[in-house]
Amino acid sequence: MIELENVGYSYGGGELLGEISVDLSPGSFHFLTGPSGSGKTTLLRLCYGALQATAGQVRGFGEDLRGLDRDQMALFRRRIGVVHQDCRFLDHLPLSENIALPLTVSGHELAGQQENLRELMGWVGLTKRADALPPELSGGERQRAALARAVIMSPDVVLADEPTGNVDWEMSQRLLQLLIELNRMGKTILIATHDLSLIRAAKSQVQARVLRISNRRLQLAGADL
Amino acid sequence: MSKGTIRALIMADKQADRVVPPSGFTARLTLFVSGAMAFLAVFALALSLASGRLADRWASELARAATLRINAPGDQVAAQTKTALTILRQTPGVAEARALSREEQAALLAPWFGADLPLDALPVPQLIEIRGAEPGYDAQGLRLRLAAEVPGAVLDDHTRWREPLVDAANSLRRLALVSILLIGGATAAMITLAANAALAANAQVIEVLRLVGARDRYIAGAFVRRFTLRALIGAAVGVVLGMAGVMLLPEASDQGGFLTGLGFQEAGWVLPLIIPVLGALVAFAATWAAARRTLRELS
Repeated sequence: MIELENVGYSYGGGELLGEISVDLSPGSFHFLTGPSGSGKTTLLRLCYGALQATAGQVRGFGEDLRGLDRDQMALFRRRIGVVHQDCRFLDHLPLSENIALPLTVSGHELAGQQENLRELMGWVGLTKRADALPPELSGGERQRAALARAVIMSPDVVLADEPTGNVDWEMSQRLLQLLIELNRMGKTILIATHDLSLIRAAKSQVQARVLRISNRRLQLAGADL
Repeated sequence: MSKGTIRALIMADKQADRVVPPSGFTARLTLFVSGAMAFLAVFALALSLASGRLADRWASELARAATLRINAPGDQVAAQTKTALTILRQTPGVAEARALSREEQAALLAPWFGADLPLDALPVPQLIEIRGAEPGYDAQGLRLRLAAEVPGAVLDDHTRWREPLVDAANSLRRLALVSILLIGGATAAMITLAANAALAANAQVIEVLRLVGARDRYIAGAFVRRFTLRALIGAAVGVVLGMAGVMLLPEASDQGGFLTGLGFQEAGWVLPLIIPVLGALVAFAATWAAARRTLRELS
């Protein structure tokens, strides 16, 4: 699905990441952990083409991302669902339209997708908030809405950046369950988090690989997690 | 830009148009600029058409009129006048040739010398008024014949002062056309600025749209349609106001000279209706260029 081969990323003369090699194979579940500022978000952004590797190669569905033009990159992103740490939404649109945004931009008629949209909003428990504007939502609601938006196109891969960063333990467990459900549907999941309790909770339910960024390098985490 | 891209940009897409938040000052700026520029364009167009008509009228009227002056000793004036009239009547392209009476000549000189001018005591040349036909006569050929047969004849076909007048009217027409081009350029510049401001203000929206897989054409289309529509509405209002202003200008009249008749005539009234369409096209091109540049920079 997404492969990083000896990838490095430098900015302003300093190396932020180096010698990163990882293969997000179909149906796999990965956690990416490391201290704040270690480069988790940067690595995720490299995976979905928001940043371009300064060394090595990032391949998405077999294609070198550097070779994609802007249109091809847009098509690539439709196959990937991204949950941002800060859950960016269009504040002037109601929640249902924000969640349906990937459908809208890819030219789907929303009228024919209402049933799917309702079902998806029910899955993340936001049916009653369909008409709310994003600034009116709580942290947990925003995270669930971001997850719903990330999966509405039924992407092959879901990348989540600190999806439980702004929510309480109960809500983080609920979000985790949603991601595990997606993995059971065959989706590839990569979650960047510094929340070790989330990883421990997941490991009892799903076969997850835990990667840790340390000193700008990626390594498999040990049994201490 | 391919046909598919142009179609995608023009075709209304309610869902796509909703993704860009309604922006305040850029909307008002675009409406105002297009309205004001269309208003000015209507007057520039009216001036251009009117000066064109003026140039044509002066050119044709003056081309048809000429004066023959007989400067001869007193005892030869009558004979030379008679010969000149005979020659003129035989010349193809001359519709009418008439010697001015003494009263008519005195009336011509009255503004300078007064009504009591003793014309008989002065060596005033005899004037012959010539009216040309369509097509006109050969002025050079006529001059040569007159030189041979009427030694005191001087033909003045008004070329000396007709050309500067026609040149002035044509320059005025060219200036008006240049003004229309400048108005178009200024509109494009202002709409580019407004579009750039709107795109910069919506950088986060663009980022979210890209994140969920929107193509640049989709994002640009939302901005292009919005600015094109605003420019069209603003220019339509400006044209209506401009045409109302032109209608209030005085009608053409001989008393008013060239300052009257500056409005449109007959089919000319249809021409300003093109201005909103041109304004929309300018806005389309300006916003498309601004969106492409901004989206490339935001990559």
